[in-house]
Amino acid sequence: MARRLKFNIFRYNPQDPDSSPHTDTFFLEETESMSLFIALNQIREEQDSSLQFDFCCRAGICGACAIMINGKPGLACHTLTDELPEEITLMPLPIFKLIGDLSVDTGTWFRAMYEKVESWVHTDETFDPNTDEGRMDNALAEEIYELERCIECGCCVAACGTANMREDFVGAVAMNRIARFMMDPRDERTDKEYFEIIGTDEGIFGCMGLLGCEDVCPKHLPLQDQLGILRRKMGWSAVKQLFRFKS
Amino acid sequence: METIFTDVLCIGAGLAGERVAIEAASAGFDAICLSIVPARRSHSSAAQGGMQAALGHCAMGDGDCPDVHFVDTVKGSDWGADQEVVRLFVDRAPEAVREMAFWGIPWNRVVPGKSTYFKGGKEFEKVEASEKEGFITARDFGGTAKWRTCYTSDGTGHTLLYTMDNKVVQLGVTVHDRVEAIALIHDGEICTGAVARCLKTGDLRVYLAKATVIATGGYGRIYRETTNAVINDGGGAIIALDTGVVPLGNPEAQQFHPTGIVPTNILVTEGCRGDGGTLLDVNEERFMHEYEPEKAELASRDVVSRWMTHHIRQGLGVKSPYGDYLWLDIRHLGEHHIKTKLREVEEICNNFLGIDPITQLIPVRPAQHYTMAGVRTNKDGAAYGLTGLFSAGEAACWDMHGLNRLGGNSLAETVVAGKIVGEKIVEFLQGYEVQYNTGVIRSAVTKQEERIKRLISGENGDENVYDIRNHMQDELMERVGIFRNGTDLQKAVDNLQEIYARAQKVGLRSNGAGANPELGLALKIQGMVKLALCTAYGALQRTESRGCHAREDYEARNDRDWWNRTLATWKEGDDLPTLNYEPATETVELPPGERGYGVCKIITCDGEVIGEDKS
Repeated sequence: MARRLKFNIFRYNPQDPDSSPHTDTFFLEETESMSLFIALNQIREEQDSSLQFDFCCRAGICGACAIMINGKPGLACHTLTDELPEEITLMPLPIFKLIGDLSVDTGTWFRAMYEKVESWVHTDETFDPNTDEGRMDNALAEEIYELERCIECGCCVAACGTANMREDFVGAVAMNRIARFMMDPRDERTDKEYFEIIGTDEGIFGCMGLLGCEDVCPKHLPLQDQLGILRRKMGWSAVKQLFRFKS
Repeated sequence: METIFTDVLCIGAGLAGERVAIEAASAGFDAICLSIVPARRSHSSAAQGGMQAALGHCAMGDGDCPDVHFVDTVKGSDWGADQEVVRLFVDRAPEAVREMAFWGIPWNRVVPGKSTYFKGGKEFEKVEASEKEGFITARDFGGTAKWRTCYTSDGTGHTLLYTMDNKVVQLGVTVHDRVEAIALIHDGEICTGAVARCLKTGDLRVYLAKATVIATGGYGRIYRETTNAVINDGGGAIIALDTGVVPLGNPEAQQFHPTGIVPTNILVTEGCRGDGGTLLDVNEERFMHEYEPEKAELASRDVVSRWMTHHIRQGLGVKSPYGDYLWLDIRHLGEHHIKTKLREVEEICNNFLGIDPITQLIPVRPAQHYTMAGVRTNKDGAAYGLTGLFSAGEAACWDMHGLNRLGGNSLAETVVAGKIVGEKIVEFLQGYEVQYNTGVIRSAVTKQEERIKRLISGENGDENVYDIRNHMQDELMERVGIFRNGTDLQKAVDNLQEIYARAQKVGLRSNGAGANPELGLALKIQGMVKLALCTAYGALQRTESRGCHAREDYEARNDRDWWNRTLATWKEGDDLPTLNYEPATETVELPPGERGYGVCKIITCDGEVIGEDKS
């Protein structure tokens, strides 16, 4: 027999003076292959058309729909209700500014991150449309792609102990981005320049190594490895700089 | 009212919109992109398989050049394309791919030596040249004579969009995300910006710009079964159509992709078949090679989708509670290939179907995928009807796709058109000054404020917006799909006119406060039904079969009477679009002929009937 699902959903519309933060409860008959994408849209269309949440590609590719699902960050679109108990509690991601109900402002947070880590290829060369592209080893291209697969959903930030305590922590997503550019020979930045960006408590040295980030990453990025590599590299950079300073 | 001035306003921050903005910013102009989602969530990110450009580095692309790409694209369009635009596009595509490489795309590269590949389920050998080692490689895609589709695994749109947005940040281009343009500001001759609704607060805002660019992608969400993201609901096309003077080109041209998964319609890339995957029926037997001996699974999308539908109608589909479907088989490609070249496909299968594509078959059937229709522009990307209005990417009908787009040509269009249209906007802006008419602006804003007020108060009626959307989607799905006929199309038009009348009586159930989602849809629903009517009515009038537009009652492609492009405008107060026609192309580099795949019954320009129906 189909289950009757109970949804406890965080509600608050900061734009509505009559709204205050609370939880609303909704019930749905579970259907075959029901995802939270289907369930939330059904609730909005049939029970409460003011309910705010974000979906975009609904295929696990765009990262729009991360929410707290029974206390754990995840993509709502690819979470099937049959993986969950009958009672499902949905909250917005912490850390990001609330827009309303389950919807948070990831855009502003990530833009600030790109600007901080200067998330682009730094080069003194100029593009010449009339010559062949520079060569790259395919295996290296695939390694870069592995880290480039991050969809900036915000799950790793929401699950991060440090990020939950200090607002200025850049999070695993930024560290992964730095690791991606360090690996890319087209980016001419030196270790010292990378160190200036993340060789601080806001960056790699703020990481407590709890690795909630890797546990919740919906793309299964090797965040733990990247954090380890960065910590070693940045540690060496720190030692070198200290040595240079003293000599 | 908050009013923001800029030189270039890009409505949409996907690949096309951002590429235009980059070009403008690089030339020293202010550019602002509006996006209804954070830029990197734009639907460009969901494009998987790749981007066509005739680099000719890989062994199976040897001898490729823009001329071959040109022929493939025009044939793919079933001669519906503007050939001057196709030429512009194919000539600039290689440069665009290289530029994206320079900006950071980790394109897959040529690995020298022997390797194997699959075609039609059989294994073949190829040898990559050592002197090409490390150059950008390519994979096979439908309707192409060469392997030409450059890729990063099956996340090509994702890497392109992330790299493009990195460039946007580097140049300091402003992106206002969660902002939706809901009306263009214009006086019937000149466009000077847009009225927009902030999707964080619900507040209205005015953007004034010398050049306004519609780059909002396609609008597959007017169909119930579509691979498109939920944001692809026609925002840009609607505000263009609402002007009454800007036409949509070929509104009947809607592409169905052969491989949406069942039942969620999530796309699995054409790269699956490009890399050697096959389509199987209920008996787990291949069938495409029987219909298309030459191209088999890699005929163009319109052709493959039709044969799949035909095969299902023969009773050879797999039965399910969600309707009949077919199988996509990529098992023989092997674990290594799938885990490196088809990673998103593997994840989609795992997460949404609970299956492992390395050992199991993938249930697929055609789903709406691409809007060849769009804001009609000239070759510079300037929209017909209003000075200062431009369009690029899927939102535009530029028109390089005609009645059917080739796989890999949409990502390519976004960056190539973005670049070309951006250059032309920079030229346009040199010395261009505009006067902002406060009366025009005030009346545009007031009109939107009034609409919102009436929707919230329920003055127009109490029709449920979701109910109307669902009816519209069903109507298109059932009667304006892959196969079309006069009787069904007429019925669709009649029913959609009724739905349009109801759409004008929508009232909100909720209070509409802040970034209220019901209000967002309610503001758009009339426009969506208008788009649906343009699609159905354009299809009803086009009494021939060309590309994706397959009429069961007019099976021949009719070059004598229909080698043209539909132009649909919508006059205020009407409940049907006004249709006009223009020649498909002024420049003819490749005269109409046979495509080499698909049913080839043609009424030539001289009225001669050639070819036979193969079914």
